[in-house]
Amino acid sequence: MSDTTNIPDNEMIDAAAVATDDSAGTHDRESGETRRRDIHTIWVSGTEERYPFAAETGEGAQEMLPADVDPTARLQGGIVVDDDYVSQGEDDPSERQIINMGPQHPSTHGVLRLQLELEGETIKRVKPIIGYLHTGMEKTAETLNYAQGSTNVTRMDYLAPFNNELTFSLTVEQLLGIDVPERAQAIRVLMTELDRVASHLIWAATQGMDIGAVSMMIYGWREREICLDFFETVTGLRMNHNYIRPGGVAADLPDGWEDGVTNLIAKVSVGVDEYEELLNDTSIFLDRTLGVGVITPEECKQYGITGPIARASGVNWDLRKSAPYSGIDKYEFHVPLGRYGDVHDRWLVRMAEIRESLKIVKQVMDTIPEGDYRHEDRKITPPPRKRIDESMEALIHHFKLFTEGILVPPGTAYQSVEGPRGELGCLMVSKGGARPWRMHWRAPSFAAVQALPVMLTDSLVADVIASLASSDPVLGDVDR
Amino acid sequence: MTDATSTPADAAGNQDAGTEQEPMSPTIENALIATAFAEVVGVDDVTEHKYASSDTTYHFAHVDPRSWLDAIAGAKDAGFDFFIDLYAVDHFSQAPRFEVGINLVSMEMNQRLIISTRVPYDEPTLPSATGLFVGANFYEREAYDLFGIGFVGHPDLTRILLPDDWEGHPLLKDYGATPIPVEFKAGSADL
Repeated sequence: MSDTTNIPDNEMIDAAAVATDDSAGTHDRESGETRRRDIHTIWVSGTEERYPFAAETGEGAQEMLPADVDPTARLQGGIVVDDDYVSQGEDDPSERQIINMGPQHPSTHGVLRLQLELEGETIKRVKPIIGYLHTGMEKTAETLNYAQGSTNVTRMDYLAPFNNELTFSLTVEQLLGIDVPERAQAIRVLMTELDRVASHLIWAATQGMDIGAVSMMIYGWREREICLDFFETVTGLRMNHNYIRPGGVAADLPDGWEDGVTNLIAKVSVGVDEYEELLNDTSIFLDRTLGVGVITPEECKQYGITGPIARASGVNWDLRKSAPYSGIDKYEFHVPLGRYGDVHDRWLVRMAEIRESLKIVKQVMDTIPEGDYRHEDRKITPPPRKRIDESMEALIHHFKLFTEGILVPPGTAYQSVEGPRGELGCLMVSKGGARPWRMHWRAPSFAAVQALPVMLTDSLVADVIASLASSDPVLGDVDR
Repeated sequence: MTDATSTPADAAGNQDAGTEQEPMSPTIENALIATAFAEVVGVDDVTEHKYASSDTTYHFAHVDPRSWLDAIAGAKDAGFDFFIDLYAVDHFSQAPRFEVGINLVSMEMNQRLIISTRVPYDEPTLPSATGLFVGANFYEREAYDLFGIGFVGHPDLTRILLPDDWEGHPLLKDYGATPIPVEFKAGSADL
């Protein structure tokens, strides 16, 4: 292996001296590598026992956990479950086979790999394996200043870029201690709710196609295209907009944007009616979705499942109601809840959420206030282009902002918004300066993928597709 | 399967998934929460933070690593039973180098509590919270993978985002952010 750690030499030697000797024998590679690994050796508290490195655990690429791992049951009435659920059948384990679904499977919505242990058609154990799309965005964020940061985070959950940008911007604003003008808040609500609509539409399209309703694929993409057209009118880009930025939004809404929104609301409302008419009572659709992939409210709380999946299970939790951000409490809307927590409830909840989001969008359009579209502090947002020609002060501010960046006081802040997939949170640590010290991202898909074993165990192979699609993972969000 | 298995006969009842619910009120009894939590887990280092563009707040609590699990268990008993997040921070050049925090929510109180602790670099271990919240599993694996923090009692502490044979923990501050040359193993000469 090449020198991948990039640790300065003096640091390496110091840290290696701390490590005890008995670890040296366990690494039979060349000495330099042993030393470098010893820097990161982890010791079990109060003992001489070393934590095994991943390569030594036997948990290699093609192995599941040993079958005699404590076989705890699914969470029922508050009993704690193990992540890798082991079924307690008396059947001969030799009858079982392990198949890998993904990472290149078309129904895994990206590069997710599921190891399925099958007994005939029944799934006995599941292990989700992630990381195929890990691009180190949290590390990258530490090298980007706050003005550049939103271009980075918008690429995480690429189906809901505005929500990512909003989370990032709100976190930075919390550290700065500023509130953005009301018009900026309204624009943010408008764009994030339309983003939710677009995301749920593409979810409906892929969910439909995955379980055989192929025409749904065409309809969902058709209506999403209207949303993307509107995004393009406003931001100039169809995806990865970098439109919501710390301090406000990048530009005011263009002239005639109301026409675009009116058109969108009309067409998408008709579209959602059509989907429900098409699928809600279709017997094939009901057979594929009713009672499939059930997750209970207790399991949601244990696994950190939020958003539509939790609400389909009846968990009455929506950050737009419980911790309203960007003035979203000014608008009237309801939180749709399911009752059974199966795939069909998730379908209904998401369809209802599209309608509620359109309701919010309509209210934003009717009540949007005049005013600034960004915070008018020149230490945070750049001056208008025209002012640079006239004012030396403006030129200096522009120069400082684009070379040095926004200076953020030290502190730790957590901020979350209700993204289309659940709680999208950002924990940011600042030590002063223009770059975050640490940016941790709380990704809703990460939690959803973790809970897949709960949904899938003891179901049929065909139901894997339905359950997986209904949990709506975006692998850019999972792996970051 | 659980008792929630629905039959086609339930489909009619299933249809009202979109019914309206009582809106959750953001009532907050902050002082009460802080004192209650301080009593339960024996810490009074609870600070209140305000969300941006919002009137609502959340709490940070700092505890000793020795009372890490007790604090989480106490918070869970006090109603913070919704696991949201677990994170790690590398405070390079500060004395206890690593910060680990767990983010819990109480739906009943409509409150968020982030419990954090600091662990030193030469013994970066904490007891695993997977016994209290199963969902901590992936998050602790992530902290292990990217920071090298060990969680004692974790059922499967392996790398999660990076390949199994990756060396080092990339989110450490002394791990460079420079590009790493791609090595095509199958194409190397000694195979």
